[in-house]
Amino acid sequence: MAEQKVKGKIVIDTERCKGCGLCVEVCPNQRIEIADTLNKKGYYPGRFKENPKKGEKGCTGCAQCALVCPEVAIEVYRAK
Amino acid sequence: MRGSHVVGEAAVRAGCRFYAGYPITPQNELPEYLSARMLDVGGTFIQGESEIASINMVLGAAAAGARAMTSSSSPGIALKQEGISYMAGQELPAVVINMMRGGPGLGNIAASAADYFQATRGGGNGDYRTPVLAPAGCQELAELTFVAFDLADKYRTPVMLLGDGLMGQVMEPVVFPDFIDLESLPKKEWALTGCKGREARAIFSMYLGQKGELYYHNLNLQEKYDRITASEQRWETVMTEDAELVVIAYGTAARIAESAIEELREEGMRAGLFRPITLWPFPVAPLRQVAKKCHKVAVFELSLGQMLEDVILSVGERAEIYFYGLPGGIIPTPADVAEFIHSSQKADGKVGRRIEV
Amino acid sequence: MNAELAYKKVFGRPESLKDAHTHYCPGCGHSIAHRLVAECLDELGLREKTIGVPPVGCAVLAYNYFNFDMVEAPHGRALAVATGIKRVEPDKFVLTYQGDGDLAAIGTAETIHAANRGEEISTIFINNAIYGMTGGQMAPTTLVGQDATTSPGGRVPKLHGRPIDISRMIAICEGTVYVERCAISSIKNIRRAKKAIKKSFQCQLDGLGFSMVELLSPCPTNWKLTPKDAWAWINDVMVKTYPLGVIKDSTGYEDKK
Repeated sequence: MAEQKVKGKIVIDTERCKGCGLCVEVCPNQRIEIADTLNKKGYYPGRFKENPKKGEKGCTGCAQCALVCPEVAIEVYRAK
Repeated sequence: MRGSHVVGEAAVRAGCRFYAGYPITPQNELPEYLSARMLDVGGTFIQGESEIASINMVLGAAAAGARAMTSSSSPGIALKQEGISYMAGQELPAVVINMMRGGPGLGNIAASAADYFQATRGGGNGDYRTPVLAPAGCQELAELTFVAFDLADKYRTPVMLLGDGLMGQVMEPVVFPDFIDLESLPKKEWALTGCKGREARAIFSMYLGQKGELYYHNLNLQEKYDRITASEQRWETVMTEDAELVVIAYGTAARIAESAIEELREEGMRAGLFRPITLWPFPVAPLRQVAKKCHKVAVFELSLGQMLEDVILSVGERAEIYFYGLPGGIIPTPADVAEFIHSSQKADGKVGRRIEV
Repeated sequence: MNAELAYKKVFGRPESLKDAHTHYCPGCGHSIAHRLVAECLDELGLREKTIGVPPVGCAVLAYNYFNFDMVEAPHGRALAVATGIKRVEPDKFVLTYQGDGDLAAIGTAETIHAANRGEEISTIFINNAIYGMTGGQMAPTTLVGQDATTSPGGRVPKLHGRPIDISRMIAICEGTVYVERCAISSIKNIRRAKKAIKKSFQCQLDGLGFSMVELLSPCPTNWKLTPKDAWAWINDVMVKTYPLGVIKDSTGYEDKK
């Protein structure tokens, strides 16, 4: 499978995340989902879908997720 | 100089650079004086929108490291209790002047001293104390204002100074202590000055933790109050060494009692005066010593008996306790007080009454 | 990760925010508001000279999250406390961060008079139309018909009065130079909120007077909505009572879109 050049990536601090789901809502390319395993606080945290499948768009580093994250749990990186 | 003005001038000389207050009779002359004088020394004067706002402005100024003061009279002091309790819990220094008037509620504007409980037992919530100073005239108003600021800074606590409507209005000659050089005061390592070069500081009185944080905080506060009790009691004795009866009074009541005692001495009666200057910490041990020797104490207050309770706690059964008090701003003459002393001496119950312990 | 590309960080925790995990509920507006305040302080280089006053309310522990000097105030008194601080230290940057009960119920007098005196203070007003910390009682800003534990069945004007518009009330004061109402309810609104906060901070830096930014803020727990639906409730319902926008602007600043 050919790897797309993905412009951006995020790192979610899953122990900080409270599973509010706002990031999932605002990501324009649906790169975030709610995990099915609990974190230590008992929340289902967000999970970054790093590798886009065929036909999907990858993370652009737009940082909208981080903008809405109430816990400052997301760091955003863009390709230089 | 007028009593209210004396406090203002003394405060400024003692380094007070922030005043917030709200007009209330009989202390309006104090904010009026400071509205100009504070600007002379580059300080801040704010007529707050209420007594509540004023005490909170003082809280902020104190947190930022300033010597800060507010003043009011009895019902206005009632409004300040929340702020005082917070500052006690936050360990912030401040001076609160109460020119007492008749109460409860709106009462009247005459001199009364019925805020003893409010001052010494604390009208705010929680286990706290504030040092309470009771001057008995204009010279002491000046000197004790300096003491108030020093105590406040030294122990990081609000300090109360009790005057009354009469003391605020009378004019007496005063010799002021010199201006304090603000640079000479010890630096406040806890004050909020912006966190440059250090960790951010937080000043708070809330301890929600489950590990007994508030319990330990209160024990620390109590340890501080114990230190104040051990070191900061102030009182005056007048002719108590050979007294057969000692009058116990503070503030304006003490001045009246002193006149009565001088007359009685001329008549041959050996009366003396024990005058607490700190109402908290109350000079328990010194009073006990005096009571043991004289066997009769006569408590005279401009209230229905508030300091009386501290006298009972201090004296107990060591001496007979007599009481004479007038509420509502009625000021008796020295002759009235002399009659009370006679009546106590004879134990005839004509003026005042014996207190059963 | 794509091995060939090198990444640079474009979003992270601002320095004015501590690393602490907050106690705020999932989707609470406070956390986002805290971050916006912190970002603005960082961008203006103000952290080391900032002294803040938190409310009594859910954000009472804000000093555990904000990385600058703070002093607790009794409920509602933050603007009086802030006045004392600013007058004594005029070169410091003083802000208050308050909820609807703190600022517009018990603190109404202190709020109006600080604004009226034109105190050079910036106030962040978190309006979530409910009393969060104490479990969902009616706030002065609770909407007509909105359910709360002390207005069960919904706020009724005859019994409870109507929601108060404190922003318009303080805008009347000449000492107030800038008031804007924003919302934490969409990407666009969050971006606008940050601009407003920065503008309010600039007002203080330029010594213009009192400024306030009201932030309509979600309270999923007490509104009994999901974070996503809470955002929708702000955008569809709350803005009808509390329309977004500039309420007063006598700053003379050009608005950078």
